[in-house]
Amino acid sequence: MKATTLEAHADGRGNPLLRFAAPQAFFPLAGKMIPWFAALAVVFAVGGLYVSFFVAPTDFQQGESYRVIFIHVPSAWMSMFLYVVMAAWAAFGLILNTRLSGMMASAIAPTGAMFTFIALWTGALWGKPTWGTWWVWDARLTSELILLFLYLGFIALTTAIDDPRRAERAGAVLAIVGVINVPIIYFSVKWWNTLHQGASVSLTKAPSMAATMLAGMFLMALAAWMYSFAAALWRVRSIILERERDALWVRERGGEA
Amino acid sequence: MFEGLRSIIARDLRLSMRRRGDVLNHLVFFVIVVTLFPLGVGPEPNLMRIMAPGIVWVAALLAAMLSLQRLFASDYADGTLEQMLISAHPLGLIVVGKIVAHWLMSGLPLTLLAPVLGLQFDLPQQALGVLTLSLLIGTPVLSLIGAVGAALTLGVRGGGVLLALLVLPLYIPVLIFGAGGVAAMANGLGAGPHLSLLGAFLAISCVVAPWAACVALRVAYD
Repeated sequence: MKATTLEAHADGRGNPLLRFAAPQAFFPLAGKMIPWFAALAVVFAVGGLYVSFFVAPTDFQQGESYRVIFIHVPSAWMSMFLYVVMAAWAAFGLILNTRLSGMMASAIAPTGAMFTFIALWTGALWGKPTWGTWWVWDARLTSELILLFLYLGFIALTTAIDDPRRAERAGAVLAIVGVINVPIIYFSVKWWNTLHQGASVSLTKAPSMAATMLAGMFLMALAAWMYSFAAALWRVRSIILERERDALWVRERGGEA
Repeated sequence: MFEGLRSIIARDLRLSMRRRGDVLNHLVFFVIVVTLFPLGVGPEPNLMRIMAPGIVWVAALLAAMLSLQRLFASDYADGTLEQMLISAHPLGLIVVGKIVAHWLMSGLPLTLLAPVLGLQFDLPQQALGVLTLSLLIGTPVLSLIGAVGAALTLGVRGGGVLLALLVLPLYIPVLIFGAGGVAAMANGLGAGPHLSLLGAFLAISCVVAPWAACVALRVAYD
């Protein structure tokens, strides 16, 4: 029922936000946005890498090895943030029964899993020179690993179910249950403060790092955001085409998409 | 309303008692997994005493996970579950009833057996008490979270492995605090904070898990 009323908005009448809730209307919009986000991602990444390797000063305790922070911290942020975004889309899909929401959730999952993996991998590379070990069973590392498992579980569940509608909705339930884990990750630093350093960036206290380091990190974080937008939109376009391949508008587009 | 809850519990318990072998198999599995660790790691008594809480908890986790398929699968296969879905009783109550029955047949026997296994590892007296108590609080959480996973993987190909993949990561906090509490007690610290956090998990999952399992069941029958 809901889906068909939303369908009526696809021809341009009604609420402009609801208009793009229809896959048919969202498909060309996503196509227009992808080049912009991709270009911004490249610009921010080049700027961020320049600042982090040539402008930011050498850390007096950790030497040059600390520079992995510019990839490690933005990916760790994105890994947690994307899970929340994914769960939010999943919840929308479950509550409002909009088709696009579930597709967005499935489109975000691989990017989130990738950032989680990068955060773990760069963390290991950083841990070896500073802590003298690739891995410690610290609460924060462990919860990041659990987050990776949650992403993989979501992907495994949605790919194991053949009916796409059921796959989406089952994945949505799992994502919502798993999202309880994300605050546990965040607060784990405070609860079991072991070997992992406390949060370096805080909104309430003055940051404990040089301004140029902070600038590099924020540029890299912006690059990660823009990349995520572009990748998720790219993926959602493929998902839309796959699901709607029997719809008239997809067949009319023919070879152009 | 609670009449329905009671009859669901009674029905599931009766069905389990008819297939007593299933229940016993999971208990035997639990004991065997615990026995494998000393054989694999070596029988050093001090090491065993340190590892005992973790070993017992991991084995309990695996045994509870294996028994999850019993929860909905047979009712799904013979169509009973569909009748429950369209019955006049609220689905939440039915799901809660099934979870309670599942815990009585999987979590509770594990809890009762655990002190004996703890003795094999020479755990001190208070630690044995905490082990039992932590399992008593923790195993219902396993059944509750597991119900969500079991409902999500109903009739899905490769369901067994998938169920493990979904449920085990969600079990980790319970494992940490369950085993952590016993270890803290054995080291002379109090187990209070760990048990309180376990209780908090139980409270949260009591609220979230039956709801999520209901949604998952409706999704499965959509």
